[in-house]
Amino acid sequence: MNILIQIAYLAASILFIIGIKMLGRTSTARKGNFLSSLGMFIAIFATVIQVEAITLVDILICVIIGSALGLFIAFKVQMTKVPEMVALFNGFGGLASLTVALADFWLNTQEKGLQVDQITGISVAISILIGGVTFTGSLIAYLKLNGKVSGKAITFTGQHLINLLLLIAAVGVSVFALTDFSNPTFMIALAILSLVIGVLVVIPIGGADMPVVISLLNSYSGMAACATGFVLNNNVLIVAGALVGASGIILTQIMCKAMNRSLINVLLGGFGQTSGSG
Amino acid sequence: MTAESFIILLYILVLASYVGFELINKVPPTLHTPLMSGSNAISGITIVGAIIACNVLNYGAISKWLGMIALILATINVVGGYALTDRMLKMFKKK
Repeated sequence: MNILIQIAYLAASILFIIGIKMLGRTSTARKGNFLSSLGMFIAIFATVIQVEAITLVDILICVIIGSALGLFIAFKVQMTKVPEMVALFNGFGGLASLTVALADFWLNTQEKGLQVDQITGISVAISILIGGVTFTGSLIAYLKLNGKVSGKAITFTGQHLINLLLLIAAVGVSVFALTDFSNPTFMIALAILSLVIGVLVVIPIGGADMPVVISLLNSYSGMAACATGFVLNNNVLIVAGALVGASGIILTQIMCKAMNRSLINVLLGGFGQTSGSG
Repeated sequence: MTAESFIILLYILVLASYVGFELINKVPPTLHTPLMSGSNAISGITIVGAIIACNVLNYGAISKWLGMIALILATINVVGGYALTDRMLKMFKKK
């Protein structure tokens, strides 16, 4: 592994830490965001220079499409609709982690016919599970704030039991996936299950509690990126993912406190609809 | 992955998580949303993984297309996330 690339990843990690720290103070927040974006640029640049010359064109096309869409959304959106856009971006990040883990798994087990080790297999499963929950969970949060799905808490009897059973099923298919890597059916089943779980865990939560949920899902997307780092054996993914995962949980707690709510209360759902917003 | 490299990655995970826990304290309420948005952009770091996943020469490969889809999604997350955060913070300064 090229030492310069590793040093670039280290520099990016440091810039992320400083960036998050500075984002917490009004006077330094904007500079903090800039430093963190500089870190991201360095990490991307260090990665791009290692790829095959021919794939550079594909990468450039994807980056141009993604940048155009991202900038369009970021500049078009009204400032009152920021939380729902954060939810949408966050959902894309979660889906990206799921897709990267699945792509790497598919490449090794289906296209190269390699046997992957258990640690990598478990990391793939965790990426898929957390990434999938983040994607559909964020999408529901976006739709709720948008009014396209009722901001009221949607509850039905046996909800928590169904969620629990789905989670057990997700663990079950993961175990099956780990016993036979040549058969991708179980990993795909896990992806579908995780997408369903994401919908079901957010749908019972009222619109007024959505900012807290988005903050928690933001933390999840960090954890998904972190798990993807274990799949790819990549330090910067692990550091950045862990930073977002951990700081996201603290921020979620702070936001809960500011709203006089407990996190457990929010997650169990069915309470937030009385506040009317959303 | 060898046990040695797994342990090193685990160290990185634990220490980075600890730093993440310690980074946030006493954030003024007005900064809650920008901080969430800004750290959301950082979680788009998965873009690095997407670039690596795109680095397959065979266009018939499913993994290549998954990689390219991931790259578009991650780029939206990164570019949109940073731009939106900056737009928010710019408004604060005018006050």
